Amino acid sequence: MAAPLTLLLIVAVTIRAVLFRSSLAELIPERVEVVSPLNAWKRVVEGLALLDLGVSPYAGDVFHETPLIIYFFHFVSDYAEIVFMVMTRLVGCVFLLQFRKQKYALEAERYPLDCLELIRTPKEMYYIPLKVAMFYLLNPFTILSCVAKSTCGLNNAVIALFILCTVKGSSLMSAIFLALATYQSIYPLTLFAPALLYLLQRLYIPVNWQRSSFWLFTTQYTFMYLGSLCVMVCLSFFLLSSWDFLSSVYGFILSVPDLTPNIGLFWYFFAEMFEHFRLFFICVFQINVFFYTIPLSIKLKEHPIFLIFMQIAIISIFKSYPTVGDIALYMAFLPAWNHLYRFLRNIFLVSVVLLACSTLFPVLWHLWIYAGSANSNFYYAITLLFNVAQILLVSDYFYAYLRREHHLTHGLYLKRKDGSEATLVLK
Amino acid sequence: MGDQFQEELVIRPLHSGDIYASFQFRTMWDTDFLRGSKVSHYRLFPKSLGQVISKFSVRELHISFTQGYWRTMQWGQPFLPSPPGAELWVWFQDTVTDVDGAWKELTNVLSGIFCASLNFIDSTNTVQPSASFKPLGLGNVTDQRFLRYAVLPREIVCTENLTPWKKLLPCGSKAGLAVLMKSEKLFHSSFHSQALHFRPVCQDWKCKSTVWELRQTLNVVFDLHTSGQGKREWSLFKMFSRTLTEACPLASSSKVYVDVTDNPQGELFELSPTTPLLSQAVVLGDRRTYSVYDLTNQATFGQTRSLNMLLRWRAAERDMLRPLLHGERYVAGYGLQTGEIHTLMYNNHPYRAFPVLLLDTVPWYLRLYIHTLTVTSKGRDNKPSYIHYQPSKDRLRPHLLEMLVQLPPNSVTEVTMQFERALLKWTEYTPDPNHGFYVGSSVISALVPSVVAMDTNSTRECPLFSSFFPCKEESSYFMRVYTEPLLVNLPTPDFSMPYNVICLTCTVVAVGYGSLYNLLTRTFQVEEPSPGLAKRLANIIRRLRGVPLL
Repeated sequence: MAAPLTLLLIVAVTIRAVLFRSSLAELIPERVEVVSPLNAWKRVVEGLALLDLGVSPYAGDVFHETPLIIYFFHFVSDYAEIVFMVMTRLVGCVFLLQFRKQKYALEAERYPLDCLELIRTPKEMYYIPLKVAMFYLLNPFTILSCVAKSTCGLNNAVIALFILCTVKGSSLMSAIFLALATYQSIYPLTLFAPALLYLLQRLYIPVNWQRSSFWLFTTQYTFMYLGSLCVMVCLSFFLLSSWDFLSSVYGFILSVPDLTPNIGLFWYFFAEMFEHFRLFFICVFQINVFFYTIPLSIKLKEHPIFLIFMQIAIISIFKSYPTVGDIALYMAFLPAWNHLYRFLRNIFLVSVVLLACSTLFPVLWHLWIYAGSANSNFYYAITLLFNVAQILLVSDYFYAYLRREHHLTHGLYLKRKDGSEATLVLK
Repeated sequence: MGDQFQEELVIRPLHSGDIYASFQFRTMWDTDFLRGSKVSHYRLFPKSLGQVISKFSVRELHISFTQGYWRTMQWGQPFLPSPPGAELWVWFQDTVTDVDGAWKELTNVLSGIFCASLNFIDSTNTVQPSASFKPLGLGNVTDQRFLRYAVLPREIVCTENLTPWKKLLPCGSKAGLAVLMKSEKLFHSSFHSQALHFRPVCQDWKCKSTVWELRQTLNVVFDLHTSGQGKREWSLFKMFSRTLTEACPLASSSKVYVDVTDNPQGELFELSPTTPLLSQAVVLGDRRTYSVYDLTNQATFGQTRSLNMLLRWRAAERDMLRPLLHGERYVAGYGLQTGEIHTLMYNNHPYRAFPVLLLDTVPWYLRLYIHTLTVTSKGRDNKPSYIHYQPSKDRLRPHLLEMLVQLPPNSVTEVTMQFERALLKWTEYTPDPNHGFYVGSSVISALVPSVVAMDTNSTRECPLFSSFFPCKEESSYFMRVYTEPLLVNLPTPDFSMPYNVICLTCTVVAVGYGSLYNLLTRTFQVEEPSPGLAKRLANIIRRLRGVPLL
């Protein structure tokens, strides 16, 4: 495992180093698909420059990072390229480590015999961590995000560390990293439920409303999480002696005042919104990210890792300022669900659409902004298509997962009452 | 002492063949409305303005409406500079508690008085400069909280603005120099600027009491080819289609000055009717000689009872002396995503360096990046000694950048800064969005070293045009230069699509919702093929009978 991993790391570092030194290093940080007003490197540098001038970075509307980022980059701004490469290395390794520990053993005994082919052999599972690391490190989206020095890489690293700590069972570290991820952008709050479910499962505490052990652990985890979050927020207050950052960071994420085009759904929607309905639709769109948590947690309470994947995917699609770095994070999980391939229905269509849209984004942007021969509708249409493809991808994997679970409990080759081969439908 | 009124007209031929006419009207208002006593008797000072000033506790008011851009390199320096469009800056008294509220009401009232759309001045284009617009009158209030500065580069000036402006004069447009101000000729010019300046000044050299001075100025440049029909011969009639018949009876002094510095022996042009009066004045760092026509003296009008000065050129002119300070500004870059603002400042003095204050007000939808600010002179970095930067807040206030830059002698200093163009909400665009958005002129304020000793005695009788900017020291004079306004295009959404966009985006969200809803609420079941129609009917009958189904 060490040798292929080292080779993989060397290749990934080489690619990034080559791109950093080429002329693309000036073009990529300007791309709106790769950076957003929340995580652009240019804005971090601007915030630091404002701090040097003696003006609060939050006095204007250019800087929307959290105060801890200011102080982190104040010290390492000269080594930014190295920092970002290290971050992606970190995420890769973290993914590697956590996927070793899969609950393979739990599955083996309960299932009907003909499902053996559904269960993964250790040999297959041996290569999954490497594949996950490869999927993340060599994904063009990740490479673009790293070369653009977008702080999305930092967010991804924190989420990956959170998942690692959760899988390893350390609830304190998991709460701290989750609080850090929530502090950076609000949406990882939805990962609280799957983390809780996983830790309960690991400690063999059943999810039963009557049992005191459940409530004890839940309150314990909640306090750890809220406590770390409070510590971070207060630390931010003391670093700059004002609460300005709350409206500049969280107010900005939630109220979407900046309509810079990106690959998400929000920008054009709110550019063309009637003023009267603006608040209503902001609330609808933001609630849309959060309200899948409880139904998904109920449905997937036995499978918290898949729940984490679903939550991260939903956040990446429906958040207010998505970038390709967010997409790369949930795409890295896909090799872990290799065994679902036989149940996927639209994978060809989805992958082709994603590929086509990724290629069309820069073309239509150029036509709108530089050539002037297209207008904003072209770019908007590709945005819509890209998001539909992502939604189909996620729901397809969900369908495949649920179907595999159904087969594991009812047998793989199902027959109808008259003995002929059955078809399964959702009713 | 009472109110006083003076009027003068300065005619200055320009090197490019054009002619520059500058009217100045000064009304001194002897009153103390500050003490709270309501002023009810107005003599020469216009009542509409007096009421506004006392109501809003204004200490200084400067407003200008300009059509056209002053070409410094061809025309030299103007007596009173002004940027294209409308510019308004006001110092309030320190007794005002709510300066923003007073500013808002004041702009609306002035908008009514001058028939201009000054009501477009709001917090998104108002700034409080910290160093560039110090008070021009008496007083030592320098707290910038009481200063407001706004510029509307898109404002157009026309007859409707000239008429109320003329009404503020004591004689109106009926007598004196104001009879020359006829709009059909005034607006048929390269440059037209009317301004109003109100400030407190000393009454006499002892400065025991203050009077309030109202200066109304009108600067106009007539083009050689459009107004002059290509022939280099100017007269009052050709410029204004009127001649002067009398001075304003309410004026204590009424004079016309013609700049004859380049024409000491009459070899360059011929001025008729001749006048024995000559006056010398140091203006803009240069000693100039003027022929003076005193309109209060009946003899000036001669036999015909009318004065029509005629300047006829004989010879071609030498090259013009380059103005010492000059500014230019332009937008670089391509596409609708980013751009760069370049401001060039020329210091044409052969051996003296001097500092200038650069003030930039940029609207919020051009997001400036201060870390990309570079100042270079002669190819080397020139770090400003003072930078005051206030970043913009979306839809609330614009960017404000003030810098003190030392300009080396005989050099060009370039200030560049990158910006990003924002996508606005569809209701925030003007009806013609592809015309672009205007960015107001930059203001370059400087104390320029003078080749001639300036006169610091401010109370001696001197012409109005040389005594506007207070002169504190002999070796330099104050100058303000305005750069060009910028026209910047922003990316636009499709304005015909709001309903379509809402439907399509909600459809995509609904696709997500629908797929996840299906997977969450339904379970897998083996599908039994549905029976044929006959069987189904039979089953219904069987159910009614209570018999087991087929």
